[in-house]
Amino acid sequence: MTAYWMVSDSWILTRRTLLHWRNQPGQLILGLLFPVMVLLMFAYLFGGAMAVPGGGDYREYLLPGMFALTMAFGLENTYTAVATDAQRGVTDRFRTMPISAAAVVTGRSVADMLNAAVSLAVLVGCGLAVGWRWHHGAGDALLAVALLLLLRYALLWFGIWLALAAGRPETLMAVQILVWPLAFLSSVFTAPETMPAWLGTIAAWNPLSATAGATRELFGNPGRSGPVWPAVVWPLVLLAVFGPLAVRRFRRLT
Amino acid sequence: MITAEGLTRHFGSTTALDGFDLDVPAGTVHGLLGPNGAGKTTAVRILTTLLRPGSGRARVAGHDAVREADRVRARIGLVGQQAAVDEQLSGRQNLEMFGRLHHLAAAAARRRAAELLDRFGLAEAGERPAARYSGGMRRRLDLATGLLTDPAVLFLDEPTTGLDPRARTEVWRTIRALAAGGTTVLLTTQYLEEADQLADALTVIDHGRVVAAGTADELKGRLGDDHLDVVVRDPDRLGEAAALLARAGAGEPRLDPDRRLASVPVHDRVAALTEVARQLADRGLEAEDLGVRRPTLDEVFLALTVRSAA
Repeated sequence: MTAYWMVSDSWILTRRTLLHWRNQPGQLILGLLFPVMVLLMFAYLFGGAMAVPGGGDYREYLLPGMFALTMAFGLENTYTAVATDAQRGVTDRFRTMPISAAAVVTGRSVADMLNAAVSLAVLVGCGLAVGWRWHHGAGDALLAVALLLLLRYALLWFGIWLALAAGRPETLMAVQILVWPLAFLSSVFTAPETMPAWLGTIAAWNPLSATAGATRELFGNPGRSGPVWPAVVWPLVLLAVFGPLAVRRFRRLT
Repeated sequence: MITAEGLTRHFGSTTALDGFDLDVPAGTVHGLLGPNGAGKTTAVRILTTLLRPGSGRARVAGHDAVREADRVRARIGLVGQQAAVDEQLSGRQNLEMFGRLHHLAAAAARRRAAELLDRFGLAEAGERPAARYSGGMRRRLDLATGLLTDPAVLFLDEPTTGLDPRARTEVWRTIRALAAGGTTVLLTTQYLEEADQLADALTVIDHGRVVAAGTADELKGRLGDDHLDVVVRDPDRLGEAAALLARAGAGEPRLDPDRRLASVPVHDRVAALTEVARQLADRGLEAEDLGVRRPTLDEVFLALTVRSAA
């Protein structure tokens, strides 16, 4: 019975976010279009000036980076949703109801992962339109998508923790501003080899670079593609750190 | 229905609750009164299972608020200081969602949502997102959400803070109707009038401790008897009138220079009134108003919280 309610409660909370999308489609569409805008900006405005070390088409290089970055953008959705609920007292209302904390978090996760999957699909479509392709078959391509979603899932927990720790939706601006240096200091837009050595080292270790590198490898896109394992290890490390921290934060509310 | 024994809770070096006791019989409205930071919200958060007490015991609706939190949760409703509703959902969607989360079946949740929208005068606004509701409407939606499952005990934490007088009267009417229907209500408020209007019994809390408990009349009676008010014509002579009241009355006079009012508790209404009237005439001190009345709850509250601060 407990398991039944856990699933049912999680679904009702997931459905809540789907209703948000239906009630305010503008917000959803804006969220989906933003990465597309960044993609077009880099592909056509800056792209001409970009050189991929080792040769290759910049747009082919850019897309895996954009996929990874879009997963990081998703952090803002998680953050806003969790911080708003906490501030408005909705989280407290959930906590005085006979539903489990696990259901609250699962509902959030499923909704955010759905959003991530839709964003990825939109971006894949745009990528195909601007000339990006996967070259190593559907199996590797699906594995790449799985790695991207794994990154998003890890960042989801980071977002929950951050929202419960910082606690106010107004601080979203700070999160949005922080995503950009994280993006530029990685292999998302430019190859770390082209940066000053010490910066390049940091950029190469960035979790976004790990996922971007691994997906370049799996999609068969140019650029010094990385091995697959860091794109698995990094998210797992983030999960191992921020998962328990987020749960502790949630419990500490008592 | 609600009992608390020796509840204590610290936040760092601040003591929010310091041996708090409470006893609320079933079917009554109980007012928890206190200035800002007195510990009202902490008490409510412990009783609604949101916060664990440092020590002490709390039972709500027959269950221990710490060890049987789930059972307590199934029987209570909480309406907090802010409208805890999803602003991106319509009123109906909010009620249906929270109803489903209270484990009503889909059809039952829909029926209940429609009922509550009707009852709280939100039927017309039911399909609009809550973000576009007025403060009073949002508060009513919040209250409706707290009532989805006909809770045995309803906690209202400053339910009318920030509402205009009309919306406040509406909320009061709702609370009275609930109490008449047998719901036990614990209400925190800073508005003494609200407590006076709604509560069967009151607990006054300050610095995390109970400083007084009883019915509004008992508390008023305890403070001393009646009050004698003088409103003087010439504001410069208010001090003189106060000195006169100090001699005739049974306590320290209280001054309100803006209203040119001096007020003092008195034991014997008629004797004090005659005495003061004679003295005023003797001194040629013109009074615009002179009268005896029961103390207001404000005076009780001030006297109690000042005493506990001293």
